[in-house]
Amino acid sequence: MQLTLWTYEGPPHVGAMRVATAMQGLHYVLHAPQGDTYADLLFTMIERRDARPPVTYTTFQARDLGGDTAELFKTAAREAYERFRPQAMIVGASCTAELIQDDPGGLAAALNLPIPVIPLELPAYQKKENWGASETFYRLVRGLVGVKRQRVPGERPSCNILGPTALGFRHRDDLKEISGLLGRLGIDVRVTAPMGATPVDVSRIGQADFNVVLYPEIALAAAQWLEKAHGQPFTKVVPIGVGATRDFIAEVARIAGVDASKLLAEESSRLPWYSRSVDSTYLTGKRVFIFGDGPHVVAAARIAGDELGFKVVGMGTYSREFAREVREAAKRHEIEALITDDYLEVEAKVAELQVELLLGTQMERHIAKRLHVPCAVISAPVHVQDFPARYSPQMGFEGANVIFDSWIHPLMMGLEEHLLGMFREDSEFRNGAAPSHLGAGAMAAAEPIRVGTPAPESPLARGDDEIRVAPAAPTSEAFAWTPDAEKELKKIPFFVRGKARRNTERFAVERGVATITIETLYDAKAHFAR
Amino acid sequence: MNAIVPLSSTNSVGCSTAPVLKERGQREVFCGLTGIVWLHRKIQDAFFLVVGSRTCAHLIQSAAGVMIFAEPRFATAILDERDLAGIADIDDELDRVVGRLLDRRPDIKLLFLVGSCPSEVIKIDLKRAAARQSRLYAPRVRILSYSGSGIETTFTQGEDACLAALVPTLPRETADAKPCLLVVGALADVVEDQVARLFDALGIAPLRFLPMRHATDLPPVGPQTRYLLAQPFLADTARGLEERGAKRIDAPFPLGAEGTTAWLRAAAEAFDVPASRFEAVTAPGRARAEKALSAYRERLAGKRVFLFPDSQLEIPLARFLSRELAMHVLEAGTPYLHRQHLAAELALLPATVRLSEGQHVDNQLDRCRADRPDIVVCGLGLANPLEAEGITTKWSIELLFTPIQGYDQAGDLAELFARPLVRRARLEV
Repeated sequence: MQLTLWTYEGPPHVGAMRVATAMQGLHYVLHAPQGDTYADLLFTMIERRDARPPVTYTTFQARDLGGDTAELFKTAAREAYERFRPQAMIVGASCTAELIQDDPGGLAAALNLPIPVIPLELPAYQKKENWGASETFYRLVRGLVGVKRQRVPGERPSCNILGPTALGFRHRDDLKEISGLLGRLGIDVRVTAPMGATPVDVSRIGQADFNVVLYPEIALAAAQWLEKAHGQPFTKVVPIGVGATRDFIAEVARIAGVDASKLLAEESSRLPWYSRSVDSTYLTGKRVFIFGDGPHVVAAARIAGDELGFKVVGMGTYSREFAREVREAAKRHEIEALITDDYLEVEAKVAELQVELLLGTQMERHIAKRLHVPCAVISAPVHVQDFPARYSPQMGFEGANVIFDSWIHPLMMGLEEHLLGMFREDSEFRNGAAPSHLGAGAMAAAEPIRVGTPAPESPLARGDDEIRVAPAAPTSEAFAWTPDAEKELKKIPFFVRGKARRNTERFAVERGVATITIETLYDAKAHFAR
Repeated sequence: MNAIVPLSSTNSVGCSTAPVLKERGQREVFCGLTGIVWLHRKIQDAFFLVVGSRTCAHLIQSAAGVMIFAEPRFATAILDERDLAGIADIDDELDRVVGRLLDRRPDIKLLFLVGSCPSEVIKIDLKRAAARQSRLYAPRVRILSYSGSGIETTFTQGEDACLAALVPTLPRETADAKPCLLVVGALADVVEDQVARLFDALGIAPLRFLPMRHATDLPPVGPQTRYLLAQPFLADTARGLEERGAKRIDAPFPLGAEGTTAWLRAAAEAFDVPASRFEAVTAPGRARAEKALSAYRERLAGKRVFLFPDSQLEIPLARFLSRELAMHVLEAGTPYLHRQHLAAELALLPATVRLSEGQHVDNQLDRCRADRPDIVVCGLGLANPLEAEGITTKWSIELLFTPIQGYDQAGDLAELFARPLVRRARLEV
């Protein structure tokens, strides 16, 4: 039994829904009680999808448990087939139905439907959403992929793109970006799956030369099986960031036997120059914490360190399946990876590490709000804001441009930082004014962080706000500052004042200093200098 | 059956004897766990611990919006394989989790252990666990249990189950207690304050509310207690109160000017408030509500509305929309039709309304499309897909999360229905 306030991943059947909803002509019959239909709104609200997910829930109730829940499942499956006429069906159980052991696979087989019916075993009490998506896609591929076609000599090389799903972080735009890259390399894309594919399309996956795995958290298991059973090699590099995109192009070119030198020479990302331009000097050594799913975290750490010149002070993942990869990547930054799905632990770590930029999921966005740390989202779990109307990929060269903007804009502009310091004492200048790009609401960030800031942004949020002490945030209530020290603190630019206060108080605690004087302030400054 | 509601000149029986289309199939509704989202706001020192699966945690998180608060007063004890296989002792595990929680939150005075589908199926006895832990933590914290599982409760029934769990713990009224009024069902604080002022002006005292805002302010109950339901989904709570000797005041629900007047009048008559005083006290509120409603009536009159089952508020809403805004209600679906509590409402509902109970969502969508309504009231899973088909929608969940009861919210309630139509008319893209 695990005490959980918030969860990064949903149950595994939600992963299966992400696969089914991304596809066309596939229907998912889910043995589930009333209430599990909540999952529909993830798709219709967060992703603003214009159709219901292709899922039929059996909706059993307590009074059915003594009776025939199996019959209920059969009726639901039969009706779903008749109404939706899918090319194939997946069937399975949600957490509660798993306990009543009705065997949806066997029941569906007994119906003798004239289409392939693929049973899913998704252990809800052991596994989570990404594993569920991965397992579902693997079962679909195993169940549907036909024979490998022999290659005709002289034919253009071809691949499949595997991994993009519904509710994925920027999957829609990544797919467009990477399809474009492959086209420029002269490689045909035969099947993209799950996104947009029909079961018939999936059956043709075996006909391509190799597979491009965009999201290993979803498509790695399927790609490994395809390599074994159909001899299709697959790509290992996730093309997020300039370096990784170049490595990806080289890898694809090697597998496909094409020449990538022209494409590599034409490299079109602005990130390298923007990063070298002098305004970016202020990015040097900014303390960054990275958290998210495994592959996105590994990619983000490389960009942060090698392409933007940040210092990665912490990184971690909620995907235990990728713990090894993330630990290895962390070693490059001489840090220990945090492998957890407890967001309170992540929050405590962020507070402890005095982070200047937080790259994470929607959960970290809220942590950042509470701790007044700039933040950018790099990974699922997603929010309605992660489906922007504009084209906004993470992958490829355009993805690198998007990443540069979305990671850098939350930070103080380089020159602006200095100008604010210079003009701070001018009478015209209102000390405490926010940097222009953060808008009028940002002023609150000036003072030390004491309370959790409620964010009633959800359409579902209700009324009055709860304000609570964030558990890990240092509090300054217990500290006595001499008037001189308080005055001196005010001379520090407001945008670092909160941090100076925190650092000084932490320094005082560690040394058992009861009253903070000007001396303590500068001792702490020297202590934390880097 | 007992539609003795002296509020309307019409003596029609409305929908009292109308046939009800009973359906069975996929239900596009939340389970009772969702009630935690508003209950934890209402009882400000209570904590709700769901004993369930990752699905339960994900549901509440999704229904509440991701991470609204730093640390919410609800959480899930997620069952894992060890719990199911019996390797871990469920009692020990629960004690450990509750201990950790209460250590972390010394401000909590009332803890609800909330049962879920998995905990019900594997028959975890939360009632016994709550009793054991109550002994452990008394008097600092009281621990109660109820089930919000989807196999037993639909959406708002979670509130019913929660309040029903509170009823046996309410203190007995004193031997010399005078008649008192208990308003039952969560109302937004602002509405509760308005209602309290009105009853005070009517001279009805003492007045108490269930749920209470603080865990320690338990209202006493007994034979002198007359209770007035503020929400239509409280069947079990009502039964519990009757067992304690309380008597229900039959009334429609306080939605719209007419509903609010009838609701207040039912209480006023039960407490022998002179008619002249009732008129004097309610006149300003009625006038304000009427003024606010008239602006929306122009826009909404004649519009055809279809209500999918969701909160059990559908019948009172249909009555409000048809009688006070002159809308044409095509179908009013409700997850569960409590004929006794809704008798006064059904009598007021035009006989042309199609009533349905339960749900088969695909069949209902077929009926909805065939009806070509001007506006559909439905859950969030259906709203965008219907909008994409060109059908205007109103999210039903907003009816639970915003104050809609009473005179001064009558206009706001109408506005909820007017806004989607105004928006659709305004957009040129």
